[in-house]
Parts: sequence; structure tokens; C-alpha cells
Amino acid sequence: MSILLNNISKNFGKFAALYDVSLEIPEGELVALLGPSGCGKTTLLRIIAGLETPDFGRVLLSGEDKTEQHVSRRGIGFVFQHYALFRHMTVFDNIAFGLRVKPRKERPTEAFISKKVHSLLELVQLDWLADRFPDQLSGGQRQRIALARALAVEPSVLLLDEPFGALDASVRKDLRQWLRNLHQELHVTSIFVTHDQEEAMEVASQVVVLNQGRIEQQGAPADIYDHPANAFVSKFIGQTNVFDLSETESNWLQRAGILAEKPQGIFAHVRPHHIDIVKAEETSGSPVTLKDWQHLGATIRVELFNPQHNGSGATLFAEMPNERFKQLNLNKGDRVAVHIKQAHWFN
Amino acid sequence: MTQSNIMPGFRPALAYTLFYLGLVVLIPLSTLVFKSLQLGWGEYVDIITNNRVVSSFRVSFGTSLIAALVAGLFGFVIAWVLVRYPFPGKRFLDALIDLPFALPTAVAGVILATIFQPSGMLGKWLMTSFGVQVAYKPLGIVVALIFIGIPFVVRTIEPVLQEFDTTMEEAASSLGATRLQVFTQVIFPNIFPALLTGVSLAFARGVGEYGSVIFIAGNLPYVSEIVPLLIITKLEQYQYAGATAIALTMLLVSFLLLLIVNLLQLWARRRSGQI
Repeated sequence: MSILLNNISKNFGKFAALYDVSLEIPEGELVALLGPSGCGKTTLLRIIAGLETPDFGRVLLSGEDKTEQHVSRRGIGFVFQHYALFRHMTVFDNIAFGLRVKPRKERPTEAFISKKVHSLLELVQLDWLADRFPDQLSGGQRQRIALARALAVEPSVLLLDEPFGALDASVRKDLRQWLRNLHQELHVTSIFVTHDQEEAMEVASQVVVLNQGRIEQQGAPADIYDHPANAFVSKFIGQTNVFDLSETESNWLQRAGILAEKPQGIFAHVRPHHIDIVKAEETSGSPVTLKDWQHLGATIRVELFNPQHNGSGATLFAEMPNERFKQLNLNKGDRVAVHIKQAHWFN
Repeated sequence: MTQSNIMPGFRPALAYTLFYLGLVVLIPLSTLVFKSLQLGWGEYVDIITNNRVVSSFRVSFGTSLIAALVAGLFGFVIAWVLVRYPFPGKRFLDALIDLPFALPTAVAGVILATIFQPSGMLGKWLMTSFGVQVAYKPLGIVVALIFIGIPFVVRTIEPVLQEFDTTMEEAASSLGATRLQVFTQVIFPNIFPALLTGVSLAFARGVGEYGSVIFIAGNLPYVSEIVPLLIITKLEQYQYAGATAIALTMLLVSFLLLLIVNLLQLWARRRSGQI
């Protein structure tokens, strides 16, 4: 089911959580709502679910206006950040809940419910936990049970609030992969909220970047990374070196290769892997000092110091493949030169 | 215990606990047992099967049970309102709940008797519009015991309701449950063990209550005479053995009932996955 949000605004007291947000999500997508904490992403998700009502604006699901409809009638599946499993019910009863509370006419038989619950438990690979209580499960297991419970009612939209937020790093990595596979299998329109840009880029087919109650950019992960719409997105997604034209010597930038023509803005944002390091003997490139480096596995992050004539200076980060770094054979304190291959300009 | 415990001082703490338990609880209660042992088995049976005594047992336990159940209902609603809704004067109301704890029970009894007697404020109205007489009837005892019991229920349920994870309700709603289903299938089962504790506390207190009851009960033998009053009466007539026989029986019955309630609680907790 497609989702259309028209001019949504929401205030909590004097705090404006969302300001005039419009968003369209086509059917079958796996969308990440990404932003720093307090940007309104969870509020937006809860408005889509019907757990909050917007002060202004409409929520349309499959083209139908559902703004006033109660959450229980919307046919959505919601997975809560802290799982919200029913503590007094077994895993089996938790998953069966949505089927058992259906009106008598629509309610399936117990035999059907049992079959359905077991197939969902197999889907989340936890069939052996059917008789346990939520308190006896690990975080990752609870999260998957919460997902199975939401899927039991066959929702047309699946909404996940920081689904991996409370899990430790390795479990989180597994579950991300697993969620993406699950989505490819089920093709239900899904939206998840996250503050982790890596998670959004890895899992989602569409990323919506929010900041201070507004949408900054929407697009495919690669799009957002390669063509950030503004300085906020550029800084929030991935690592960025920021050069302030009023503070950096233009001579230095010119030699680095990004100030050939007249500048297209005041700030140049440069990704670490767009900075190329060469030996200082070469004639072109801007001079910097090699301060330190860190192994990130396949890549090396190099810390460079750019001293200015007025005595101040700035640290910049470059990234390059392991092999390339070995070829350069550098030591701490070496004078090297940098070429900047690409920059994004913002005002 | 040879292995070292993470908490030091187990032995002195245990000794201290047992010493005071003995001094304050076990020694007085065993005196009760020894005193009633002065009676022969036949005499003991005679005393406690006396019609007046059996009636008073019926009155005491019957009214306490009804009062505890009603207090459970009222207390639940009060705790719900206090936890869930913000309103002006909430703190004041919250403080009022504890008043029956602090008020001398005799004072409460006199007040209740005054307003519920047939010529009293509420008593008159109940008499003329419904033909119901509260004071000097078992109903009066129930009213007094509800008054005494409600704070026990409110104070046991309140913290559990406060800690109740409301996202569970949202989850149930998102799965299509109606408000009634959310209450009966999600909220109530989670609160039930605490409610049971509150009701059993109110019941235990009701069985032993004396001061607030005797003023409103009318104390008619066979009708509205409670066990504690009967014990006092026996004492005043210097029938010490008789008094202790009744007291011992009451102790045993109360103990048995509390045991049953505890087992019920264990069952409820286990069923709700809390242990």
C-alpha cells in the first residue's frame, strides 16, 4: 500500500516536532526515516500508524484519507523500539493476539491460528521458543517475536521504530541483513526509523533525511550520498571534510584542484575517499603534514594536518585502500601533498 | 554454609530477624495457644460451636470478604484515575487516600455511624429513597470495612499501574484490539496479581478491625456481632480460656485463608509470566 503525507504539522506544547512535512512512499519500498534524535522521525512514524494525530495535514494510505481513523482499524503492523511484547503471554499467545482479537465473524479457527503462528515462528527462525515468556528471551529474540506478532495480521504497511536501537552491535548487523531479506520475500511496504546513517544506507531502498521537523532530502541511498541536497545531509551521511572558503587559503585549495573556476559556494564538502595523497616531491597538490592513521580493515583512514600561514590549522581525513597506503610507505610527520578529486559546494 | 556469600553478615542478620520475630510475634501467639490448651478438647469444641460464636464468625468473615471485594473494585478505579489522568487537585486527592491509615479507627467509626444512622445525613436519604438501613446492620460493617480497606488496594495497585508499559496497550491497539479487549486482555492480567494482594490485605485488615466497626454495627448477637467484640466481651466476663479459644480459631482460619490467597497469587504470577 502506498503512503502519502500531505503538509503534516505536529506540535507538542511549544515544541514543533514536525513542520509542514509532505512525503510520498510508493508501494513495496523499504524506507528509512533518518535523522538525529529529536528531529521528529518517530513522531512521523506514529502519525502514519495512527498512534498520534497531526495538528494539520492528512495521511493517505492507498489513496484513502485515514487521518481520523483509529490505529486498530488501519491495518498496519507496528514494531516498537522496546518490543512491547505482552509480558503475561507466551511467545505463541503474543503472536496469536492479533488474530484472536478479530471480531467473531472474521476470527480464524484455533487450528488455523496455530498453523499461522508456527509458520511465522519459522519465518523468524524461533519456532523452539513458542512456550517461553518474553522475559526469558534475549533482546534479538524479542525483536524478532515482535516482528512476527506484527506480521501475523498481514498488515499492508510495516512500521518499525528504531528496530535495532536496543541491540548490541553484532546482533544488530545480523538483523539488518535479515530484515532486508525478509522484505524481499514479503514485499510489504515498510518504514523504519533510525538515527544510524550506516543502518539506513545498508537496509533501505529509499532514505528520507529529517532534521528539526523538516524533510531535508529523499532518495535512494547512493543518490543521497553522491548528491547531498544541502550541507546538513552532506555532513550527516558519511564522513565529510568541510573547507570554509573564508578561512582556508584559496591558494591551497587551488593547488589541491577544487578551486579552478570561480567557487560555487562558501563551503566545500569533501568525502575522505575523494582526497588523494601523493609524495611531496611531486609538483602539483597542496602541502599537508601526515599526523596519524587508523586501520579500518580494507581501508586506511589518514589524519592530515593543514597548517596555515597565520599559525592556525585544520585536520582533515582521507581514506584509501590498504594496498595503496602500503605503496606510499609513509611515516608520521611526513610532508605530503593532496589532490581533491571532487567537492560539493554549499552556501 | 561454608561458601562465602556476596552479601556479608548473613548469620547476624538472620539471628536478629529471628529474635525479633520471636519476641514480637511468636511468643505472644504461642501464649495464646498455651492458654487455650488449658481447655479440654470437648470444652474447646463447645465454645467455638456455640451458636453465637459461629454467627459472629460468619459475620466477621462474610462482611470482610464482601468489603474487600468492593474495596478492590473502588480501589482499582481510584488508582487508575490517580495514575492515568492529570487533573487539578490530584496531589490533594492522593494524600486523602491515606487518611483511613492515619485516622484513629474509633473516630472513623463514630463518624460513619453518625452519618449512616437512620436519622443521619446519608442514612436518612438511603432510608427514605431506597428503604435501606445501613447502620446497626451487617451492611454497616461492610461500609466501615470498605472505608478501612480502600487505601490498601490503592496503594498496592498504584505502583504497578505506574510502571505498566503503555506501549503494550499501543501494540495491542495496532494489532486491531478494541479498547475493551486492550483492558481485559492486556492491562487487567498484568495488574491482577497486585489487585489480589491489595484485596487480601484489605480482607485481613477487615477481619481484625474493631474500632471503626463497633460503633456502626449495632452489635446485635447473631446478627451484627463481630468476632473481636465477642473476644472482648468474654474477657470482660473473665472467661480468659473462652476468649483465647475463639482467638486461636480466628488465628487459624485467617492463617489458612492467607495461605490460600498466597497460593492463588503464586498461580496468578506464574500464569502471567512474572516468575
